Amino acid sequence: MEILQQLAVTLQKGQDSQVRELTRQAVEDGVPVQQVLDEGLIAGMGVVGERFRTHQIFLPEVLLAARAMYAGLDVLEPLLAAAEVPRAGTAVLGTVQGDLHDIGKNLVAIMLRGAGFSVIDLGHDVPPERFVAAARESGAQIIGMSALLTTTMPVMRRVVELLAREGLKGRIRTIIGGAPVSVEFAQEIGADGYAYDGVSAVERVKALLQDVSPGPA
Amino acid sequence: MRAIVDIPASEVRSDLTTILRAQGLPAGYEPDPRVTAQGEEALDLVTTLCAPRGVYASLDQTTFAVIYGGQGKNAPETPVAAVYPRADHLALFAVTLGPAVSVRIQELFARREFTLAALLDAAASEAAELAATALERRYVAALLAQGGGKTARKPAFLAYSPGYCGWDVSGQAALFAALRPEEIGIHLRESFLMDPLKSITGVLLGGPAAIHAFWDGYPFCTACESRDCRERIRRVLTGRADGA
Repeated sequence: MEILQQLAVTLQKGQDSQVRELTRQAVEDGVPVQQVLDEGLIAGMGVVGERFRTHQIFLPEVLLAARAMYAGLDVLEPLLAAAEVPRAGTAVLGTVQGDLHDIGKNLVAIMLRGAGFSVIDLGHDVPPERFVAAARESGAQIIGMSALLTTTMPVMRRVVELLAREGLKGRIRTIIGGAPVSVEFAQEIGADGYAYDGVSAVERVKALLQDVSPGPA
Repeated sequence: MRAIVDIPASEVRSDLTTILRAQGLPAGYEPDPRVTAQGEEALDLVTTLCAPRGVYASLDQTTFAVIYGGQGKNAPETPVAAVYPRADHLALFAVTLGPAVSVRIQELFARREFTLAALLDAAASEAAELAATALERRYVAALLAQGGGKTARKPAFLAYSPGYCGWDVSGQAALFAALRPEEIGIHLRESFLMDPLKSITGVLLGGPAAIHAFWDGYPFCTACESRDCRERIRRVLTGRADGA
């Protein structure tokens, strides 16, 4: 559909006011909301993510596109909620207790929303119990944790342990990131995934969701 | 010798190339013009929002040894442990940009000004480094002015910080107890994170340039992504260090 292709291309250019208008127009033209989301906004961000991954564009330009994505989502979200259209998934994100650095976490939140996920951003200095409570209450499938300090990395382990104690491990998957964190550390603490940046976080979360164990009835 | 120093914000203004590099843009890449414009805006915001302050306090090797020992969590062998016994001059230091810039970064993210927020974060991180360099210059100038120095030649300085090069971040506790950077508005959290975020602490070690040459084959070097010690050492060895 031409308008959706135009929407995706406009989003890639980071033209937020045009994205807002095209999204409105697509809805007014009767294009199903889910289709506008998937074939317009998410398709556009998919191209942006791929261009970032292949070093054709860089973070500041990704963020211009993300801002445009949000402009389109502002139009769609009330309609998606009203129509009870399911999202790609729900992720609870936060920078772990003791840590105030949240730039990386913010970027992951932006990219996940851009990929069609519902994101609950708990901010920074988040204790383990709050991660787990938020995920339980929202029905989230993913907990994403960020840390920039070696001293705060143990909080990630505590979240994984708390999930296990509450019988939620497997049902709620954990993904971690941040400068001192590595895939080896993720394996060591029993986290389900590690992401280097916002784009790889989206890929990893999607992969994890293919493999989420069904929860108790 | 201990002093609190106010640093003009104009002295910590970086440049567009540096902050774009920090965002991963390679040399020669021409970004979207909006990125360039927002980069310049971020640099202006640093000048407007930052109130750089620093404190330094000189100390002797024996006192520093206790501080450096900290909570006993340092790597078994470290560059600092090799350099400080050969240093003629040692000074603890702390610098901060103040809280306003971090608050603005959060506000910009909340307002969905993502690109500007990320560029301002990069510009502020670079500004904190420049504030540390500016403080080092003042310390060295004060040292030379009071006729200190065991050597006839101007000493060459390099800075080392807890959390890097095998100096465990828990060393912040002893450093704070000795330096008292709370007087310039820096506070230490239980996790050893500093508030405001855009703050730097460490020790300045000065002496003949050769004391700074160290091998980068420590176990923790393999996990280090910046490797900027190589460039800093090269500068002091060629006599081009800012503080020397």
